[in-house]
Amino acid sequence: MAENHDKHEVDAHTGVSTTGHEWDGIRELNTPLPRWWLGIFYATIVWSVGYWIVYPAWPLINGATQGVIGYASRIEIAKDLALLQKHRATQSSGLAEASLEQIKADPSLFRIAMAQGKAAFGDNCAACHGVGGAGSKGYPNLNDDDWLWGGTLDQIHLTLQHGIRVAGNNDTRISQMPAFGKDGLLKPAEIRAVANHVRELAGLPTEAGADLAKGRELFATNCAACHGDAGKGNLDLGAPNLSDAISLYGMDLASLTETITNSRAGVMPAWGPRLDPTTVKALTIYVHSLGGGQ
Amino acid sequence: MATTGNPIRQATTGEIAGMALAAVAFLGLLLIAAKTEHGAYAFHAIVGMAAALGTVFLIANRCFKPDTGPAPQEIDGRPNYNMDPVKFGTIAALFWGIAGFTVGLIIALQLAFPVLNFDLPWINFGRLRPLHTSAVIFAFGGNVLIATSFYVVQRTSRARLAGNLSPWFVVLGYNLFIVIAGTGYLLGITQGKEYAEPEWYADLWLTIVWVTYLLVFMLTLAKRKEPHIYVANWFYLAFIVTIAVLHLGNNLALPVSIFSPKSYIVWSGVQDAMFQWWYGHNAVGFFLTAGFLAIMYYFVPKRANRPVYSYRLSIIHFWALIFIYIWAGPHHLHYTALPDWAQTLGMTFSIMLWMPSWGGMINGIMTLSGAWDKLRTDPVLRLMVVSLAFYGMSTFEGPLMSIKAVNSLSHYTDWTIGHVHSGALGWVAYISFGAIYCLVPWLWNRKELYSLKLVNWHFWVSTLGIVLYISAMWVSGILQGLMWRAYTSLGFLEYSFIETVAAMHPFYVIRALGGALFLAGALIMVFNVWMTIRSGEPESAQDHAPLQPRLVPAE
Repeated sequence: MAENHDKHEVDAHTGVSTTGHEWDGIRELNTPLPRWWLGIFYATIVWSVGYWIVYPAWPLINGATQGVIGYASRIEIAKDLALLQKHRATQSSGLAEASLEQIKADPSLFRIAMAQGKAAFGDNCAACHGVGGAGSKGYPNLNDDDWLWGGTLDQIHLTLQHGIRVAGNNDTRISQMPAFGKDGLLKPAEIRAVANHVRELAGLPTEAGADLAKGRELFATNCAACHGDAGKGNLDLGAPNLSDAISLYGMDLASLTETITNSRAGVMPAWGPRLDPTTVKALTIYVHSLGGGQ
Repeated sequence: MATTGNPIRQATTGEIAGMALAAVAFLGLLLIAAKTEHGAYAFHAIVGMAAALGTVFLIANRCFKPDTGPAPQEIDGRPNYNMDPVKFGTIAALFWGIAGFTVGLIIALQLAFPVLNFDLPWINFGRLRPLHTSAVIFAFGGNVLIATSFYVVQRTSRARLAGNLSPWFVVLGYNLFIVIAGTGYLLGITQGKEYAEPEWYADLWLTIVWVTYLLVFMLTLAKRKEPHIYVANWFYLAFIVTIAVLHLGNNLALPVSIFSPKSYIVWSGVQDAMFQWWYGHNAVGFFLTAGFLAIMYYFVPKRANRPVYSYRLSIIHFWALIFIYIWAGPHHLHYTALPDWAQTLGMTFSIMLWMPSWGGMINGIMTLSGAWDKLRTDPVLRLMVVSLAFYGMSTFEGPLMSIKAVNSLSHYTDWTIGHVHSGALGWVAYISFGAIYCLVPWLWNRKELYSLKLVNWHFWVSTLGIVLYISAMWVSGILQGLMWRAYTSLGFLEYSFIETVAAMHPFYVIRALGGALFLAGALIMVFNVWMTIRSGEPESAQDHAPLQPRLVPAE
């Protein structure tokens, strides 16, 4: 160290001496620790020690120090949830007891059901049906009065409770249109004729040279049993109305051909087992009110 | 030295061992490539075979060049520095930097416009995101750290890098790891641990490379000609040692079979989460903080031509940082199944970490006292000083976000992304850019950079990019946190999740714009570096005068 002392120098700008070491031309000043820096450092240590005394902090052989105020995050979350339940209970106890029709008729119950339904819809339904319930291809629009499984309060409730084509649920909504092309029930030319007939039923223009008579005949034998002669559909069978402009999978020839060839079978989860009964009720009211409730 | 009659040199023991190991590795990998049922794994085995073959060829080729044998430690009494691996690392850093920033821009655009995923598995967000983080942290940052550490340890020890083949093994082996990791992500190979995605075989390879790195670094320090070890080397050593420990702890896994890329981590449940964030947070602490502070401690005083502000502060903040950082990981797991006591320790140690972190900033910025005027004229120094300002900002923000009450708002939101990027873009990348701008003329013996004006452009374009990026993420993060917790007066959640996603859109667009500007700045840098190496004015002998700060003998 003695030889290093000889190299001690003073920096002309700051007036502070160096440590006497040098590496590749770099020297170090022997400036003391900034006092404010040290002060804040000590303060954070003191604060931390205080925090350790108050809250659970140091692990021991069995468990850990618990702190002096009995804090536990599990207790906190239980308190928060209890508070929320209490807040909601005063309002939603009414929902639990009332029937759907009573909720619909009572303005204050209806307001609560709508608030709860909107929140539940956003977190459970919006991913497929859209935030506003407008749907998209394959996911029904809930804002219109064109229903696949019925638009009364009870029908909507049943659909929500048991879902659509839910395996293992005995009350689920279920219908199965044959895959006419895939299963060899109709030939491609016949499918084309039926597709044109369906467009005719909906009042849409048909292909030039389409064999509409053939299409009508094939429709009567293969489709009318569920969809009806005029294609008006049947809610009890889940057979969509084909005579209006509203369609789940598209009314252009390509989409219709795909539907008739391979069939479609959209699914919706059964919400009964996933949500509590009050939430399903609230969702029923909310969906019913979106525009198409019957 | 070479005799004209016999141009072939006898291979050294190390060279023979290197070729033998590579040959054995080649055969082992051939067996794996032939027997595995996983296409991507077979591809990696083939990449490994190509690397092994290349190793044999490169080493054998040296024996035909007589001057490539063990180099003298000194020439004419001056250390004979080994700078070629440093040059390679510098260029690799630039390459991976551009790659990583570009992928970052792509995923930022994918978040704003999901259609850009194109429904292709290889380029969807889930695979590109780890590609981005690994490319910028480990490929760009890692190459900067290896290159600068090899440079700094030689210059401040006045000793040639230890080993003959080993330094090359470290830089090339590390970049092979990067290639295996990156292509693995794109092909769907991952162990699903954030910042530790590479599977067991890549981890094993990295372990071998990293231990070699540690040995090269320590053996170079051991033969130093200076009585003391310079502070930058403390930080480099802390970085190398701790990353080794973290890597081993977090990646303890059992492979399904040697013929399968899949493995299972030995930790499970909350212990696994704890290990993951002990690793994850200290990757930030020791890779992105300690390592880059080492860069700061050499390049800032060197460029400013001023002595380091405080030796005492460097000691205290070094040990405080090392001791405290390692405890802070649990703050990533607030309000989870992690026991409350661990959350408390994670939070309080994060708070205590504030001043030790700032010690580095103070020492860096105050080193400029007496040289403030240089900020006007030297955009390289300005890059480094602004990096320290960003460092100070994000090391204040970090402890703030670790406070449980703040974390309950900030956690899982874009605020975290903004925080990370103020550190990553502002601190890590800027100090790296500064170091690269210093290193390139030094390594290639150029008088100065091709254009300081372009450095200035780089500085302003990328600073604008960073500001857009982090302010967009602050706003979107806080907005997101507030929307998630908003209740109606009736006690129901005000917003559905999808509504909060939709609300982020404008900020995602601004963020992508910020990222594009940052990438543009980096491209300016690559052009500048390229022109410096290609056509810069060579440095003359008298320019090499040693740095002389204005010092007077002590009284």
